[in-house]
Amino acid sequence: MSVEAQELDLLANDNRGKHQLEAGFDLLGWDEVTQGSVLASFEGDASDISLKKSEERAYSNFNSYTATVASWRVIKPVYNRDICIDCQNCWVWCPDTSIISRDKQMLGIDYDHCKGCGVCVEVCPTNPKSLLMFGEHTDLGESLADWPEKKKKEKK
Amino acid sequence: MAVKFDLNEREVWDGNYAASQALRQADVDVVVAYPITPSTPIVENYGSYVANGYIDGEFVMVESEHAAMSGCIGASASGGRVSTATSSQGFALMAEVLYQASGMRLPIVLNVVNRALASPLNVRGDHADMYLGRDSGWLQAGAFNAQEAYDLALCAFKIAEDPAVRLPMMIHQDGFITSHTAQNVYPLTDEAAINFVGKIQPIDDMLDFSRPVTYGAQTEEDWHFEHKAKQHKAIMDSKPVIDAVFAEFKELTGREYNRVESYDMEDADVVIMGLGTTVETARVAAKNMREKGIKAGVVAMRCFRPFPYEEVREALKNCKAIAVTDRSSPGGAMGAFFNEVTAAMYTSNNRPMMTNFIYGLGGRDFSIAEAERIYSEQVDNIEAGHITTNIQQFSGLRGPKLGFFKTERS
Repeated sequence: MSVEAQELDLLANDNRGKHQLEAGFDLLGWDEVTQGSVLASFEGDASDISLKKSEERAYSNFNSYTATVASWRVIKPVYNRDICIDCQNCWVWCPDTSIISRDKQMLGIDYDHCKGCGVCVEVCPTNPKSLLMFGEHTDLGESLADWPEKKKKEKK
Repeated sequence: MAVKFDLNEREVWDGNYAASQALRQADVDVVVAYPITPSTPIVENYGSYVANGYIDGEFVMVESEHAAMSGCIGASASGGRVSTATSSQGFALMAEVLYQASGMRLPIVLNVVNRALASPLNVRGDHADMYLGRDSGWLQAGAFNAQEAYDLALCAFKIAEDPAVRLPMMIHQDGFITSHTAQNVYPLTDEAAINFVGKIQPIDDMLDFSRPVTYGAQTEEDWHFEHKAKQHKAIMDSKPVIDAVFAEFKELTGREYNRVESYDMEDADVVIMGLGTTVETARVAAKNMREKGIKAGVVAMRCFRPFPYEEVREALKNCKAIAVTDRSSPGGAMGAFFNEVTAAMYTSNNRPMMTNFIYGLGGRDFSIAEAERIYSEQVDNIEAGHITTNIQQFSGLRGPKLGFFKTERS
């Protein structure tokens, strides 16, 4: 799979990670903030929100979906489509719902929310792994070029 | 449909039972509790009302008071009418979550049966736990007897849930002296009680699936201050709502409550200010002093938060010497109640002499004779024209006289 096919804004709508945490909108006075700092997750009526895909949802500015909250990540998981078997283990285990998957097919990583914990790499069952941790500033092509070979089973 | 609970016009209830009946009549949806002496019967009774079908509610047993208040927050954020009870160490363990409840503006009613804080371990009543909650963002009101514990618990739901208030509220009663002393209590009928309290209007409730909300957001230096300021203003602005609820309650029952209560204050020169059961003791002492020709009066705090600065100043405007009593170990300062009353009186025209008495810790009895002695000392101060003692004294303590801080006189 080519590098170009793994665009990092995969499945993102314009709304995802569009501002830094606590930025991107006007600071309000005490008389304007919400009561009890209760924040609505969506704009408008959200009765059917569970039936909508994330890119179709009207997330509010106060939903962390619209913020990028990954600025402190120092290592990142890189995804290798050529090895992945779409088992969904990483999707199940990711603590920040940062694995993007659709119709049980793994698509990539939401780098606006991934904190670089490495759980996805840990639970990946393939040989070699389909997800590996690289330095935050390593580019994708370089990472894929550095991918290890399949390990042979050791004879007992 | 709940089973009918038979009530007499006059019942003999202790403060705990009275509070639990108020929870039943207010149709509380959820009580999440971890019982602790001396408040145990409040939640225990609610549990038995649920088990015996007297109320359609949920009693949730949890592993700690921290969890109890956390559960209350969940139930309240879901839109239910929620209450629990605690005391002392349990209150202390709840402290972190108290701030969460008030910050989220959840109208939970907490019945606090006041008890001393360890160490040394003590189950008796003093106001250490109440004072621990004084900056927590809750409204706080105090009952001086069982009837008031019942009345105020009913009022608390109506005050806390008012859309203009939406703050949690504590109703305090003194451990054992109020909570375990059976007295005549005149309850409302179930119908009258629920008509008075009304139905809760959910606001931002988490069970509204058309508008999912986040509770407990994180805010740093650019938002936190505004949220806390808004909350503080809501506490300050709750005064007219409290007054209106008390007025409505008086119309219904004839029983009058004020944020500051005054007894024998028409012409009083010397005053004892107190909280809780001390008030009734001081009232008897004031009557006795008046028989000796001393113009003695009592000013009592019904509402500790929001602190009624204007009403305190008004109540004390013609007094000459005031003894403010604090039933909590002050930990290296004047008593908190003294500080607040003094702050109110510093801005008055008459600037009366203010003294502070630390008394009754760990349930030590506060006697009528001691209250009379305090009145006499105030009279001595008036005759001398200045405070003749330390400003802060310990009352009812064994050992050498203990006191701190003197007036500057040049």
